[in-house]
Amino acid sequence: MSEPADLRMRELADYPLRNAGSEQGFLRGTVASLSDIAAHRELLGQLVRRELKARYKDSALGFVWSLIRPLTMLLVYYVALGQFLGAARNTPSFAIFVYCGLAAWTLFNESVTSGTMSIVQNAGLVKKVYLPREVFPLAAVGSAAFNFGMQVVILLSATALARQFPVGTRWGYFPLALAVTLVYSTLLALVLSALNVYLRDVQYIVEVGLQLLFWASPIVYPWHLVVQHIGGTWLEQLYLANPMTLVTLGFQRTFWVAGVAEPFPADLSARLGIVLAIGLVLLWLGQRLFANLQSNFAQEL
Amino acid sequence: MTTPVVVQINDLSKRFVIRKEKSLKERIVNWRRSNIHKEDFWALTDVNLEIRAGSTVGLIGANGSGKSTLLKLISGILQPTTGTAKVRGRLAALLELGAGFHPDLTGRENVYINASILGLSRQEIDRYFDAIVDFSGIEPFIDTQVKFYSSGMYVRLAFAVAVHVDPDILLVDEVLAVGDEPFQRKCLERIRTFQTEGRTIVLVTHGLDQVAEFCDRAVVLEQGRVAADGSARDGLRTLRADFEQSRQDELARLLDGDELAGHTRFSGVALRSSEGDDSHPQLRVGDPLVVAMETQTDGAVRDATVGMAITTPLGLTLYSTTTRLLDAGALELTGTQQFQFELASLPLAPGDYAVRTTLTTAGGVELQTVPVAAEFSVEGVERSLGPVAVDAKFRRF
Repeated sequence: MSEPADLRMRELADYPLRNAGSEQGFLRGTVASLSDIAAHRELLGQLVRRELKARYKDSALGFVWSLIRPLTMLLVYYVALGQFLGAARNTPSFAIFVYCGLAAWTLFNESVTSGTMSIVQNAGLVKKVYLPREVFPLAAVGSAAFNFGMQVVILLSATALARQFPVGTRWGYFPLALAVTLVYSTLLALVLSALNVYLRDVQYIVEVGLQLLFWASPIVYPWHLVVQHIGGTWLEQLYLANPMTLVTLGFQRTFWVAGVAEPFPADLSARLGIVLAIGLVLLWLGQRLFANLQSNFAQEL
Repeated sequence: MTTPVVVQINDLSKRFVIRKEKSLKERIVNWRRSNIHKEDFWALTDVNLEIRAGSTVGLIGANGSGKSTLLKLISGILQPTTGTAKVRGRLAALLELGAGFHPDLTGRENVYINASILGLSRQEIDRYFDAIVDFSGIEPFIDTQVKFYSSGMYVRLAFAVAVHVDPDILLVDEVLAVGDEPFQRKCLERIRTFQTEGRTIVLVTHGLDQVAEFCDRAVVLEQGRVAADGSARDGLRTLRADFEQSRQDELARLLDGDELAGHTRFSGVALRSSEGDDSHPQLRVGDPLVVAMETQTDGAVRDATVGMAITTPLGLTLYSTTTRLLDAGALELTGTQQFQFELASLPLAPGDYAVRTTLTTAGGVELQTVPVAAEFSVEGVERSLGPVAVDAKFRRF
């Protein structure tokens, strides 16, 4: 036997025998899944890049399109809601106000929508190569996060132009709100992508659900209108239980300098913290659910 | 030296549930029916297998015998229903070339993605990139989008990536038969290099000659069970016997009620050398050989053709002839009859050989083929490779 072969044998003998595919079991499985994903983080980066590159590959404007869409939405809401319906009259810097919520919402919306589709769209890979399948929904969240970064740059430029650049402690809300968005986006992307393999209706349910959630968050209408109508009732508490409501408010608290005098729920950071903690537990459970469902992906696709 | 076990499969079974409804509506509407119409299909039952490092194993079997499912279980794409599949070391599975190629991206971008899917780190890809492109031989097009590639170019690039992954275990499913001949040869050469480097290769293929050429072990699967596990030679023999058996079954159905053909078969084949009858004659180079056979039929077959062939132990035909080719006239088979082929001189190099016999009707229906009806060997000094004996000399001027 040749020299490299000998070396390989000796190296191999040191490795333990491991289960082909992913480890089962609740706690042991969590650790195994996490280390598996960590081992594939370079691939995750490649997949995010692939998603970003391939999306606008043959278009002349390319990447600009991912900025044009939210800007168009901003224009529509600004003109239709702000000017025609008069919302801008009672809300200072209405454009920045709307864009705060839209930026957060776009991140969430894009992660969940493309995350839900991610496993089915990568069926070819799922069926032919072993990878920790979590990378596909994670890559969807990753590419949405990249786009979000661009939005934040635009948002900051707008605040700078309006001479309302956010400074000081208000920045404290930003990481908290961003963390909540990412945790819930990832949670939903994981769970829904797995369910979508078994039941293709999920992707349509998601569309409808996201539409509802959009209007159930104070993105294009200000919080004080909500308080006017349902303030002090259990409906207000229900409304505040929506993580995206808190996220939107958190973003507005950070970037919407002109709205400093506007009313806000008093314990916003505490609520964000609680929602984040719950989200992390749910994310863990969601990952376990995903790990359970993923063992049959290859035969269900 | 015993090498470590790299693949260990214990009592592994895999069940597929066959069910058609996919959407919520279909499931609710057909709630009762879908549960009744659910059908279990056992793709693999009680498979036990242990593969040691450095061996090359051919997984062979008829279509649908569970070969690909077994590979997918080893690579972790599928999870076993019962039992376990354990592996050791770095594993790369080539179940489909170019899985994960994105048509809109360039060859270069796809190399990076595909290689990292197969488990290379970015630094490793940077290091191997030139070698990969060089191996694929499509350098001028590396910055073209993959969707404009011809299928040959696509496959070349995909295989080039695959062989530069540095696996301890390589699982290959039917992907070698791609590309043009020079490229195929390059691929096979690379597999040989892998063998000398002590890598373990598990090969699923229908190219039985490839198994004979590369594998030191063959595992025959039959309807999800291991039917044979041994040397490539034994494995191929089992598989060919299986194929012949299923062909016979099919033939029985086909000829069902055909009184004329009845039940026609070889009842015996014997070899006779110059030293007389022998079950396994040992000849010298250039010796004559007589192949005697007896046929039996319940009915009567008009215009039958009897054929015989000399093959290697792995089934490669070296010589074959039939009564038709020998202008022996039409044969009419009734009851028990005896024939013999007389071969005046066999220019065969030393080695083992087998005799195959065939029985065909005028319409071309094969009544029976016996892949290994008898065996013989040729003895002598081994001065050459290959089955043909040539009297050769070397002279220097």
